[in-house]
Amino acid sequence: MTHHLVLRVVANILVGPILLFALYVQFHGDYGPGGGFQAGVIFAAAFILYALIHGLEMTQRVLPIWVLKLCIALGALLFIGVGYACLLLGGNFLDYNALAHDPVHGQHLGILLVELGVGITVFSVMVAIFYAFAGRTGTD
Amino acid sequence: MAAIVDYAVLAFLAVTAVALLHFRNLFAVVMLASIYSLLSAALFVRLDAVDVAFTEAAVGAGISTILMLGSLALVGSKEERPRHTPIIPLLVVAVTGAALIYGTLDMPPFGRADNPVHQHVAPRYIQETPEKIDVPNVVTAVLASYRGYDTMGEVIVIFTAAIGVVLLLGIRQPRGEKESRSNEKGPTRGGKASE
Repeated sequence: MTHHLVLRVVANILVGPILLFALYVQFHGDYGPGGGFQAGVIFAAAFILYALIHGLEMTQRVLPIWVLKLCIALGALLFIGVGYACLLLGGNFLDYNALAHDPVHGQHLGILLVELGVGITVFSVMVAIFYAFAGRTGTD
Repeated sequence: MAAIVDYAVLAFLAVTAVALLHFRNLFAVVMLASIYSLLSAALFVRLDAVDVAFTEAAVGAGISTILMLGSLALVGSKEERPRHTPIIPLLVVAVTGAALIYGTLDMPPFGRADNPVHQHVAPRYIQETPEKIDVPNVVTAVLASYRGYDTMGEVIVIFTAAIGVVLLLGIRQPRGEKESRSNEKGPTRGGKASE
């Protein structure tokens, strides 16, 4: 793809706004459509677009495999961790009311963290699956 | 007016589905599947399920298309003609389809306010969300708070999918970086590099 000048320029312009839009979808999910799942996929799409244009090697310099593997577990752990934090603070599992003095604030905090966990895991899983497919060549 | 949009999108869906069956070139099939997802997303928007439409457009039309193209790069894009006759598969599909359509006859009419789905927990979610959770998007409140346990399960499913793919396919370093890492990766990698 390196010789497609137009594709390269357009993709370079697009990657930034896509990442920004993903963050918007992530943190605006309480107010409009969206949330962790969608944001994670869009965030991953930006990296996949980058990889399609600039190749896997360049992308893995930006986003190494070990970071990805860490993030896969981190997102899920964040979600479960919020659940246990609720338990330790005296509520039920994933009962966000216990997270803050005001139950409504607790709900806000819980939803934010949980959605973040979903987003991180979905993003890294999507990119990891893409890496796994794209890293293979037809011969091996 | 809105009904025209519905029928138009549904007609496009049907045309795309038939075209999907018709083509032998898998590259075209993947593209058509992507179009099918995008049309479904449009349909979800019409049904006021914007969150679902969002996911369908991002996952169905976006990422899964890329992954299918990635696999096509490995297996080639020409489908072989099946050697068996299509009668038995056709029979299975017809019987399953008839059973499913028969099943929908028992379902309550679409969009009626007194349908069972609107009588169970939904009214409580809609009434309680503004005061107890105070987020404008009730879908987020249901997904992350009321049904937080389910969502956790979904995250674990995705997590498991990644583990499965990584174990089966493995994530590899591209060729350029092999030299620096070949020492720790053992003889198989070194052997390949010398070929």
